[in-house]
Amino acid sequence: MKLPSFLLKLAIVSALSLTTSATSVFGETTEIKIPQQEWGFTSLFGTFDRAAQQRGFQVFREVCSACHSISKLSYRNLTEIGFSTEQVKSIAAQDQVVDGPNDEGEMFERAALPSDRFKRPFANEQAARANNNGAYPPDLSLITKARPDGINYLYALLIGYQNPPSDIVVPDGRYYNHYFPGHQISMPSPLPSAGLVSYADGTEATIEQMAKDVTTFLAWAAEPEMEYRKKLGVQVIFFLTVLTILLYLAKRRIWARLK
Amino acid sequence: MSVVFKNRLVRWIDHRMPIFSSLHHEMYEYPVPRNLNYLWNFGFLAGLMLIIMIVTGIVLAMHYTPNTTMAFESVERIMRDVNYGWIIRYIHMNGASMFFILVYIHIFRGMYYGSYKAPREILWMLGVVIFFLMIVTAFIGYVLPWGQMSYWGATVITNLFSAIPWVGEDIVTWLWGGFSVDNPTLNRFFALHYLLPFVILGVVFLHVIALHRFGSNNPLGIDMKRPQDSISFHPYYTIKDAFTIGLFLIFFCYFIFFNPNYLGHPDNYIPADPLVTPAHIVPEWYFLPFYAILRAIPSKLGGVLLMGGAIAILFVLPWLDRSPVRSGRFRPMFKWFFALFVINCFVLGYCGANPPEGHFILISRIATAYYFAYFIVILPLLSVLEKPKPLPASISESIYQPKNHLE
Repeated sequence: MKLPSFLLKLAIVSALSLTTSATSVFGETTEIKIPQQEWGFTSLFGTFDRAAQQRGFQVFREVCSACHSISKLSYRNLTEIGFSTEQVKSIAAQDQVVDGPNDEGEMFERAALPSDRFKRPFANEQAARANNNGAYPPDLSLITKARPDGINYLYALLIGYQNPPSDIVVPDGRYYNHYFPGHQISMPSPLPSAGLVSYADGTEATIEQMAKDVTTFLAWAAEPEMEYRKKLGVQVIFFLTVLTILLYLAKRRIWARLK
Repeated sequence: MSVVFKNRLVRWIDHRMPIFSSLHHEMYEYPVPRNLNYLWNFGFLAGLMLIIMIVTGIVLAMHYTPNTTMAFESVERIMRDVNYGWIIRYIHMNGASMFFILVYIHIFRGMYYGSYKAPREILWMLGVVIFFLMIVTAFIGYVLPWGQMSYWGATVITNLFSAIPWVGEDIVTWLWGGFSVDNPTLNRFFALHYLLPFVILGVVFLHVIALHRFGSNNPLGIDMKRPQDSISFHPYYTIKDAFTIGLFLIFFCYFIFFNPNYLGHPDNYIPADPLVTPAHIVPEWYFLPFYAILRAIPSKLGGVLLMGGAIAILFVLPWLDRSPVRSGRFRPMFKWFFALFVINCFVLGYCGANPPEGHFILISRIATAYYFAYFIVILPLLSVLEKPKPLPASISESIYQPKNHLE
């Protein structure tokens, strides 16, 4: 057996055996199987559906933002999902934020500007816990990146509320969710019924539709650079491929001098 | 140094500071075996990766804040608000993994072809020093984003020092700069993470000086004897290295642009919380084999010693393998024990990624035993028992003979 090829095969076999077990290597060892959904944006060249993102923002705004913040984002970021500058201004102006101190040394309230970070629903963690039975609703800016298989997990969680099996007693202030680790979640079903929001574009607001839209919105919130990243990646890899082919030809040419 | 430069300015400078003639000496006059295969390209690539890490790291440091209340936030600011910050961070983050992939292949190559054997022992040991510094640098670098895995990884690993008898607890407090992993820890880790890459760069320089003393080993493991055995580094190996840089960057860019978080852990996108322990604390993939060795031993001190020993034993490898033949190509028994050693490292990595329960404990113990047996038992025994195949008379002969055969 020739040696480099022998080593190469060895490396490939070993690497493959590691890759196939990758989910168990990097994922949590939970027995709960997260159903895989079709997402247009998770594929190699996939982009976000602007309409779904905007509908998702509406769900976030009208439902989730009652308890959850997206503090890493600013209102101005909404232009990236197709809102006009004017629309963003008016969306921001709906929130009152604390600014200051002014010349008199007083803090004051003013309408939010596009440059402000999204207003948090609670002033601090203690206030958030006090209003939520002691539970702290996590910031959602990074949520799809911060959970294993985050995009599918988030969607599954939103539609995963069920009646508990008869042998499980769910304490007060807890709810049974099939996809939550340990099944007992402090968040009541955020999307309990269809038609919770009314979409301006006429899309029917089923529970699944709302869950899908808000997941799309939050996937964007976690990775706002994704579309540009993939687009740039295609260009970079195309460039590198051409360069590498040229370098290979140059290599052959130079080595041909050796006899 | 008989080279005469045409450019008068170059001549003027070179007369006073012979930087051009030494460059010429190391590039044109420096002989390289003509039969190197592509496994010999990984050292150069690793050097390139070090430069990429230093450059991206300095840019990140311009925007990062080493404070527990702001570190996570500042990383997200880099990702969202700094122009092209996401690309800089994803290069750096995935670059650490790429660096280890390259260096692991580089180490395995050295182990297979006996590159550690006389007269290259110091070259090999400097390489082990670089590897050790890389481990420390990568570990403290992973702490800087101050996510959950940063915090808990730092807690678990620094706590290992508490296993040292009598002074262990004091050492841990000294490392932390307090009574838990906290702001002083983050601050010093940042300072060290900025310092150590330059230390690595210095040792790499020594590594190259040691390399250029006797030149590269080669797949046959025999010395260059005749002028036909070698070619000049430039242009032959510069263009060959350039080609593999292209291949490597394509591989690297796939992760940066299309799967940047594949090699990371989702928990590190949750801000550090000293009150919430993650279900499984796992290090980055490149530490998993050593992590498995650590956990294979029921005693904390024993595990720490074995984990350290797993790296330390590499230092004495040149004196454990006494076989006069360098290349595994001519060692019929060694070849298979080495193959098993490589597979064994992957098995250890797999065990390290899984919780230490059930059959993983047994597997990781067997794999740990083989890891050390390879160095302490198998290699010394093979030096005596194995009958190597006959070596070719010279590098050039081995290249031209098969051709004559065909004619």
